[in-house]
Amino acid sequence: MLYRTAGQFKTSYTADQALFPIRQDAYLLGIILIFAWVVFPLTASEFTFQTLLIPILIYSLAAMGLNILTGYAGQLSLGTAAFMGVGAYACYKMVTIMPWMNPVVAILLSGVFSAGVGVAFGIPSLRIKGFYLAIATLAAQFFLVWLFEKWAWLYNYNASGAIQVPNLKMFGVYIAGPQADSMIQYFVVLGIVTLLTLLCINLTRGNLGRTWKATRDMDIAAELIGINLMKSKLTAFMVSSYVVGVAGALFVFMWRGAAEPNLFDIPLSFRILFIAIIGGLGSIMGNYLGAILIVGLPVMLNTLPQTLGIPISSAMVEHLNIMIIGSLIIFFLIIEPHGLARLWALIREKLIIWPFPY
Amino acid sequence: MLNDIFVAPFVDMFAAPDFLMQVLWEGLVSGILYALIALGFVLIYRSSRIFNFAQGIMVVFAALTLVGLHAMGVPAWICILLTLGVMFVLAVVIERVVLRPLVGQPDIILFMATIGITLFLIGLGEIIFGGENKVMITEELGIPTGSVLLEPFGGLLILEQKDITAVIVAALLVVGLLIFLNKTRMGRAIRALGDDHQAALSVGISLQTIWVLVWFIAGIIALVTGIAWGARAGVSFALEVIAYKALPVLMLGGLESITGAIIGGLMIGMLEKLFEIYWGQPLLGGNTETWFAFVLALIVLLFRPQGLFGERIIERV
Repeated sequence: MLYRTAGQFKTSYTADQALFPIRQDAYLLGIILIFAWVVFPLTASEFTFQTLLIPILIYSLAAMGLNILTGYAGQLSLGTAAFMGVGAYACYKMVTIMPWMNPVVAILLSGVFSAGVGVAFGIPSLRIKGFYLAIATLAAQFFLVWLFEKWAWLYNYNASGAIQVPNLKMFGVYIAGPQADSMIQYFVVLGIVTLLTLLCINLTRGNLGRTWKATRDMDIAAELIGINLMKSKLTAFMVSSYVVGVAGALFVFMWRGAAEPNLFDIPLSFRILFIAIIGGLGSIMGNYLGAILIVGLPVMLNTLPQTLGIPISSAMVEHLNIMIIGSLIIFFLIIEPHGLARLWALIREKLIIWPFPY
Repeated sequence: MLNDIFVAPFVDMFAAPDFLMQVLWEGLVSGILYALIALGFVLIYRSSRIFNFAQGIMVVFAALTLVGLHAMGVPAWICILLTLGVMFVLAVVIERVVLRPLVGQPDIILFMATIGITLFLIGLGEIIFGGENKVMITEELGIPTGSVLLEPFGGLLILEQKDITAVIVAALLVVGLLIFLNKTRMGRAIRALGDDHQAALSVGISLQTIWVLVWFIAGIIALVTGIAWGARAGVSFALEVIAYKALPVLMLGGLESITGAIIGGLMIGMLEKLFEIYWGQPLLGGNTETWFAFVLALIVLLFRPQGLFGERIIERV
């Protein structure tokens, strides 16, 4: 009813291929954007910013990076967390070497470093495929985390071996470090995430995105129709690692405030992979849905027993959490292996033809 | 610098051959354990094309069940039988609840499902048995705990008896498994299913039965691995990290090959110890064992994309 498409005629291919071929989609996105930019900042508490809004945005950005590589270009990667680490450490080195640098510029530039590392570790993908490649990306995961630990230059020879985010100012306002206000940080994160999302949507719709999809669907056939596989795979690694690197810099600078090497260990990689897969591989919107689920669920599970008044120890909650997340992953894979984005697509299709069955 | 990399380590090796042999022995024992875990992976991968990430946590779960049952006062050998029963129930439940609805889905979905199983088992294990480190019931199981002293080249070589037991048991397990796969009806059915699902189904092989069977065998392997590793380092969830060590073994040996898993496991076990002792600690600040195996496997894979013993990858358009 709300999604009735009658009367929206397309008279050219350009109109048919537009970002929002159906007008209601654009309205819906507009409403979501108003909520994200105006309603949430006005109503959210400090707790909501720190446990829900900021992490959901950062995790969805990281998952989007992974999704470009795995969902669009078909190269399974298990080393996402390490590339986030590269972004975070690059950003840390830049702001400590050049304190005058605009922090947002530093965050955006830190992705360049992780893109470089990503391309280097993407080179094996030209020969190695499938699960072999997935394990090969684990080489990046373990090697880089080890490097973060042993290469003292990276953390400025700190005794603790961790990086601490300094107070950073932009236009006279603290935007990172202990003195920064959560709402300002939220706006910085939201701005960068919006920008990169727009970039990713258009990349995946364009020529580059089509070569990625062709590579994913069958790389030999893609090669036969004249796609340069090396270019296609390496650009996928590059764009993906760039986005993931920026997400890593945001992760540390806008949310955690400090980072140890083992923060970028393999559980983080898996968590991002969950988000991408539960959200839906090969979909941009899915990353947000997945992140809302994976980040929001533990918060909900933690507060639920208290509000219901069930006496339960926090260690027990922790373990139950892991169990419930594990079973939910299986549950969602069984009901819809193509993720929440597909689920939404099905609902939307039903809404368009409602109340008729066909 | 070049001297440190290319000359000095070898001089050290020849100067103290007994120490070299000790290092190799340690590597061999951990290599056997990597190989055992990799074996569990290979079995499941061959019969169902599922990349079973849960093998590591199955090792922990089996060991925890064994120790936990014994702590309740059950005699050791009954514990083993009961643990096998638990692993069988686990195999049936996994097949019924997780795998059956997901038959025919892309590989990555099944892989994610096994990670889901992993998380579930971690939570369950922590709730039932608690997270603290436990001691494996080595003596109650009749595993000797002394050590054998050898004196090659006038030096000293210490071999722990439980390690020797682990090596022998692992060898027996592998031989048994090879006989089972090659000589029995069930074993042939497993291999047939691995070659072609539809063809196997059409000659009357039951997918469900075989999957339960394969996961149960993987459970048995997990129990053996758990006992052997637990005897060395205690039983705790830290054991799970050795599951990651089995992944480069799989790459090196090839995902389908049992021989590959064993040879790859031994190679990686020994080479990573050698590298750590002679190159890693003096030159790189140590702890290189976390990544050495992966980088080694990656380099080998660049020359042989299917691993050393894997099936040749043939692609058709």
